[in-house]
Amino acid sequence: MEKNKNPLSPHLQIYRWQISSLLSISHRIVGVINIFFIILICFWSLSLLLDENNYELTKLFLNTFFGKFFIICFCWTSSFHILNEIRHFAWDLGFGFDIKTAKITGSLVIIGSFILTILFFLIGKNLV
Amino acid sequence: MVKFNLPQNSKIEVGKYYKDKTNSKNIKKINVYRWDPSSGKNPRIDTFEVDMDNCGPKVLDILFKIKNEIDSSLTFRRSCAHGVCGSCAMNIDGSNTLACIKSHTDISGDLNVYPLPHLQVVKDLIGDLTTLYKQYESIQPWLKVEQTGEEKKELKQSQKDREKLDGYYECILCACCSTSCPSYWWNGDKYLGPAVLLQAYRWINDSRDGDKKERLKKVADELKLYRCHTIMNCTNSCPKGLNPAKAIGSIKKMLATS
Repeated sequence: MEKNKNPLSPHLQIYRWQISSLLSISHRIVGVINIFFIILICFWSLSLLLDENNYELTKLFLNTFFGKFFIICFCWTSSFHILNEIRHFAWDLGFGFDIKTAKITGSLVIIGSFILTILFFLIGKNLV
Repeated sequence: MVKFNLPQNSKIEVGKYYKDKTNSKNIKKINVYRWDPSSGKNPRIDTFEVDMDNCGPKVLDILFKIKNEIDSSLTFRRSCAHGVCGSCAMNIDGSNTLACIKSHTDISGDLNVYPLPHLQVVKDLIGDLTTLYKQYESIQPWLKVEQTGEEKKELKQSQKDREKLDGYYECILCACCSTSCPSYWWNGDKYLGPAVLLQAYRWINDSRDGDKKERLKKVADELKLYRCHTIMNCTNSCPKGLNPAKAIGSIKKMLATS
């Protein structure tokens, strides 16, 4: 039988998302996004080394609507990544593989990431 | 390689619509993936209206009803119809399972039936599992001992050691898990996939086997094993309630600690 003649059965198009698969792919995407945010933080601290004007400029940007949006986004992406990474650590140690446990920890990661976001933002705001 | 879209010859078209002829009031629409190798056309989705008042409770019953009463050319694999042989594995309502143990009453609305994902389709609901069987062979799924000839003795196993195989020996190799795994979709030629790795673990974990180290060494490979990213679609889809993700995790742990 010729292989190429036969069609490939549909995969991503039809497969139902599970909480575990959704978290797995978002973990990877969020990881990539985090790199960009960390670069932004590097620039921020770098501007601190240059001089006051440069620092003020970065601060000005971070205080705009977009700047605040970025900060809140980073709060969420980092807290999500941290919490989900804990889940991955537990798996590496051999815990939490049961389907029920994985679903519960998965939902905890989602809920927890939003709570942590609010916490990070509030703590940060009060420190400034 | 990661390829999200289907190739040109695999794009799905709208197929025929089979209207119910029994005037039944209890009708369910079944959308079934069809591909006929002799037609030379792209695969299509046929919709069948099925009279549910005169149909058994399983998805396999629906498929049989369609084959017997509506379109006899519908092709699918089945054998035992009791969830023991694993022949009728297919994608039902968006996740892989056995048609013979899936109840259609669990699914509200229209019922979508596809072959197992990301396989070369042989016909209709039958996918080509040759690669998976080759990979299964590659892990040497048999007991390896250094006994020869006359010294052959019974290999005894304590109850405790035997219990270590629970949850692994029950695998029927239906391929539901492997074909649900995105990693296996993108790297199916190199990554062994959950079904084969669960089997690999079953033999590594067998106290009677004398080749544990060699087995571990063979499987410890960036592509063969570590393409598992704990997506857990495998465990979610296993119709026998087994846990391939845990088996793979245990292999990784063994490699890290040994």
